[in-house]
Amino acid sequence: MGETTDGREFMPNIPGNPGSARIVPLGDSAAVVILGDSISLQIHYRVRALCSYLEHHPFTGMAELVPSFTSIAVYYDGLAVLKAYPGYIRPGGEYYPFPVVAALLEMMLSHIDDEPPPQPRTVRIPVYYGGEAGPDLEFVAEHNGLLPQQVIDIHSSAEYLVYMLGFAPGFPYLGGLPSSISTPRRLSPRVAIPAGSVGIAGDQTGVYPLETPGGWQLIGRMPLSLFKPESVPPTLLQAGDTVRFYPISRREFMEWGEDLP
Amino acid sequence: MSLLIMTPGLLTTVQDLGRYGYQQYGIIAGGAMDSYALRMANLLVGNDEWEAGLEMTVTGPEITFAEPSLISICGGGLSPMLDEHPLPLWRTVYAPKGARLHFGRLSRGCRAYLAVAGGIAVPVQLNSRSTYLRAGIGGHQGRALRSGDVLPVGTPTLRGEVWTEMLTKINGPESLSVSRWFPAYSLIPSYNEIPVLRVIAGEEFHSFREESRERFLSEPFTILPQSDRMGYRLSGSSLNLVREQSLISSAVTYGTVQVPTGGSPIILMADRQTTGGYPKLAQVITADLPLLAQAKIGSAVRFRLITLQEAQEQLLQQELELRRLRLVLEHYY
Repeated sequence: MGETTDGREFMPNIPGNPGSARIVPLGDSAAVVILGDSISLQIHYRVRALCSYLEHHPFTGMAELVPSFTSIAVYYDGLAVLKAYPGYIRPGGEYYPFPVVAALLEMMLSHIDDEPPPQPRTVRIPVYYGGEAGPDLEFVAEHNGLLPQQVIDIHSSAEYLVYMLGFAPGFPYLGGLPSSISTPRRLSPRVAIPAGSVGIAGDQTGVYPLETPGGWQLIGRMPLSLFKPESVPPTLLQAGDTVRFYPISRREFMEWGEDLP
Repeated sequence: MSLLIMTPGLLTTVQDLGRYGYQQYGIIAGGAMDSYALRMANLLVGNDEWEAGLEMTVTGPEITFAEPSLISICGGGLSPMLDEHPLPLWRTVYAPKGARLHFGRLSRGCRAYLAVAGGIAVPVQLNSRSTYLRAGIGGHQGRALRSGDVLPVGTPTLRGEVWTEMLTKINGPESLSVSRWFPAYSLIPSYNEIPVLRVIAGEEFHSFREESRERFLSEPFTILPQSDRMGYRLSGSSLNLVREQSLISSAVTYGTVQVPTGGSPIILMADRQTTGGYPKLAQVITADLPLLAQAKIGSAVRFRLITLQEAQEQLLQQELELRRLRLVLEHYY
């Protein structure tokens, strides 16, 4: 048992307790630190802080981190962990990698309040709204009692937060869609949606990274690739980024330098 | 050094042990489905375990060796032949210049791994040579092999060179030669027809109905034809939660048994997505993933629940045995 810096007792294994965390196994090679049970900015910041702390202070045997909305999966090499922390036996005397990793993570959790808050990057993404790139723009406008231009104005004036990447290379789960333009999914999904398509589904907005079938309401398309295998890091966006969309014309879209995904 | 692909077989891809460090960007880990067999094949030709080899599925390819090569084939029984000679699995083999590797009938398992001394030297992309089929990166041009492909081979280790010399002393450099040494039988998995896969409880294990949990742990489940390197879809009893709940997406891994609405479980395999939002019923232990990877479409698997401690002990034991073998091989020249 560790203590947080402000003296609150740290209580693992008690779900729903504000400020507490649970550490559970994901198979025999990863531990998941669960920092909450709902999607919120506050929990997102704690996820970022723990990630940042672990990146700067990795324990021996730590292999890889996968952050998500409310938790972080920490992959590890059990053999390396036991070799590096040979005397680390918890009360009860169990001696296998998971309790050692869980104890290390508990200790680290007590430090995350000291982590300087991450400096969010703002990434501006050009979008060609409407036309052949956004066949559902009219529907979204009608559904919300707006004009198409108002949908564009609202969509491109909001700030979105990248909560996490997943589903496909570089795919951002974005929060922050104004409820005034939220629209349910299409009743019949399209067979193929081109990569780069910007859509709305319920109260989420997103960008399709690869050509796939899908039921999102398409309002536009961006001329950038979300997945850039030759870049470091290999994605346009990272968890924690702030995203702003801005409208471009059809001509600007066609003449955009980067190859379309 | 190079390999010429004459015919590609059903699905032959370049794989190493996977692409790590990029899952936070939504980029899958991938890698060999039966990583144990690939590691063994690499060790048996003097390679580092991380070198890339070929994963060959159900129907093997036909390959010509442009130069004399030291090779090993491990994993499932795809009945390899070098010219007209049947080749044993789990051995070190010297293939003379121009030799033709081809495969016959499928017996045990469904994936075989070919390692060549020096490794398949395709470019490293995002820290790995593994083929990521959906994104079209890694491996040979980001895709499965085709007829006419030429694969580059790296420089063998000193150990590989010495073993080549030892093997060519037996029959001369113009003839096939098979090592008399091979790993202890205890190190060679037996890919049973109906493997019993050991699992540990998944995060939502206790959210499933008791009878569903009991059925999962007592009945056989059949691997459906829609299964691939991403996931094995299972048929069998429908497994249900006590009450429906929607979950927030979080990390999943190789061997995660998740149950979408509808109740038919899916086991996530090497090319699984990085995150998922379905309830996690169980997790196949790492030490048993080779048995799962070798289970064929249409065959059945069973599950047995063990503790996390037992699972980690099994994994450590497997790792220590491989380490011991590696040490022995490193001194055997």
